[in-house]
Amino acid sequence: VTGAVTSGATARVTTRRGVTSDVLVLGDPASPPLVYLHSAAGHLGSEPLLERLAARFHVVAPVWPGYSDHPGEELLEDMLDFALHGSDVVAALSLGAAPHLVGHSMGGMIAAEMAALSPSSYARVVLISPLGLWLDEHPVVDIFSLLPFEFPEYLFEDTAAGAALLTGGFDFDDPGAIKEFLIRNSRRLGTAGKILFPIPDRRAAKRLYRVANPALVVWGDADRLVPPVYARAWADRLPDARVAYVDGGRHMVPYERADDVAELVTAFLT
Amino acid sequence: VGRHPHTLFDPVRANGLYNEYMDQLEYAEACGFDGIGVNEHHQNGYGIMPSPNIIAAGLARRTSRAALCVIGNSIALYNPPIRVAEEFAMLDCISGGRLVAGFPVGTPMDTNFCYGQIPALTRDKYYEAHDLIMKAWAAEEPFAFDGKYNQLRYVNCWPKPVQQPHPPIYIPGGGSIETWDFCLDHDYNYSYLSFGGYKSGKALLDGYWDRVAARGKDDSPYRAAFAQIIAVADTDAEAEKLYAEHILYFYNRCLHVYPGFADPPGYRTISTIRAGMLDQLRADAQRRFATLTWKDLIDGGFVIGGSPATVYDRMVEMITQLRIGHVFCLFHNGDQPDWKTRHSTKLFADKVMPRLRALWPEYAGDDRWWVKPLASRVHADETFPDARRDATVPQ
Repeated sequence: VTGAVTSGATARVTTRRGVTSDVLVLGDPASPPLVYLHSAAGHLGSEPLLERLAARFHVVAPVWPGYSDHPGEELLEDMLDFALHGSDVVAALSLGAAPHLVGHSMGGMIAAEMAALSPSSYARVVLISPLGLWLDEHPVVDIFSLLPFEFPEYLFEDTAAGAALLTGGFDFDDPGAIKEFLIRNSRRLGTAGKILFPIPDRRAAKRLYRVANPALVVWGDADRLVPPVYARAWADRLPDARVAYVDGGRHMVPYERADDVAELVTAFLT
Repeated sequence: VGRHPHTLFDPVRANGLYNEYMDQLEYAEACGFDGIGVNEHHQNGYGIMPSPNIIAAGLARRTSRAALCVIGNSIALYNPPIRVAEEFAMLDCISGGRLVAGFPVGTPMDTNFCYGQIPALTRDKYYEAHDLIMKAWAAEEPFAFDGKYNQLRYVNCWPKPVQQPHPPIYIPGGGSIETWDFCLDHDYNYSYLSFGGYKSGKALLDGYWDRVAARGKDDSPYRAAFAQIIAVADTDAEAEKLYAEHILYFYNRCLHVYPGFADPPGYRTISTIRAGMLDQLRADAQRRFATLTWKDLIDGGFVIGGSPATVYDRMVEMITQLRIGHVFCLFHNGDQPDWKTRHSTKLFADKVMPRLRALWPEYAGDDRWWVKPLASRVHADETFPDARRDATVPQ
């Protein structure tokens, strides 16, 4: 797994395609199931939103191929592969009831595609500052040309704490550790690039009409990576969506505003 | 930043520069060089050649002997890459078999940021483009190509290259292990093209030759090519006086690439990162380039500059230490005026180059990586002996 998450167990599933994935599992298995898809940053050392959601839901959070020690990311090449892989993992988990589907950033983009492919497979859909749409007048920041030290200022309100969260206390003075970091980063963002590079738009807009599920779009109204104007763009394209803003929140609201987001999501899903 | 490129690019100046640069390459043939070279870069202030084939076509008509080294076409960027098979075949036919065909993966800035290719899929797409081009040249019959990135129901490359089975293939690389193996799998030339100079290129070429040995291939130096900036004058002091300002302008100004464009995640393979083969245009090298002095350039081997005697000694050092059979000699740099470029080119051709030709006697005549032009070929200013050159109706 990509880091020691503060609580929860790790399950391991192998999809029918043959990709093995770790899945972070939190909460009471008797609670309503909720699938959570992480951002392009992967699971970080602490997942406060998932811990809060676990109070009311059986949270299952797959680790995306390229983001764990398991090989297999080369089997996913385009948006359809990504969406089908998400569906395959959910199927392999045998959750019983149709789960709620929640995704953050890149995870929101994938969740929207999964719901468009198979709306009846999910109960409600929550997209937290998702990537996946493009407005010429409001370009999304190009994460692939950012220098590592620039990420915190685009992602976090508290840039120092955000940097520590992203790097996980990594020792940048250790050449061996730097090499491992480069490899990890290359695998993760290399995989993410298949659906995000050079423009994070794989034409979801023409498929969102299929997402009839009640949907909630959550956005930090001070998001510097994906401007909050995109919240309305998603709501306009989804048949049954409402928007909730987190006052002053940046892109990483699941980490910095976990209480606010958990409250919004729980209220919407219960 | 903040200024629109239209205010920075002067097309009138480009009219002069394109012709000046092409004239210089033609002059190199007149001086006796074996080949003249062009390459492909996009949206970059240090060059104005996004399409090397256009320049090579002009050179093909105005030269008659030198190899035309197009190093090369970034084949993952051509859509579909059959275009490269066609244009390279055209160049080979126009020039009578003088084309050296280069297939670079392309720098991240060119390939990923300017041309939008997905970093983690670039190499896969490159291999597919290569397979399509080589099959298109070799096939006797039209075929269907059901690729991952290219689906062509009818591939029927027309024209075909003069050189059979194909022109010499050069693979410019920055040091990825996969590229070395790719060259050795197909017996292609491996070209290390950087502006880092021969001293910093040594470790990389050593790695390549280790790989050649491990793969059980012969160690012909003609398997490898290297690019080196060269500046020749009558004396060492004169070389600094004539060329320093222009070469420093090139390094300290023209080579600037925004560090965020140097290495997008996924472009490099995991095994290459693991092996630590990181090329010269990385962020740390960039910062170093910004503050170089002439002494740094000479001492560090970035530039081989000085009198003919000095340049000869250092060329021998480079060629033997790196074990290279082909040298891409870079004589024009930055804002260097035409006369200086010609002066350096001519001095090298007359006083240095002839003595370098016999450095690999054990592989003399090894032409596996060189052009094989038609013995009797037609040039721009010639036609068949019995053809008429005016518009009069034959009697």
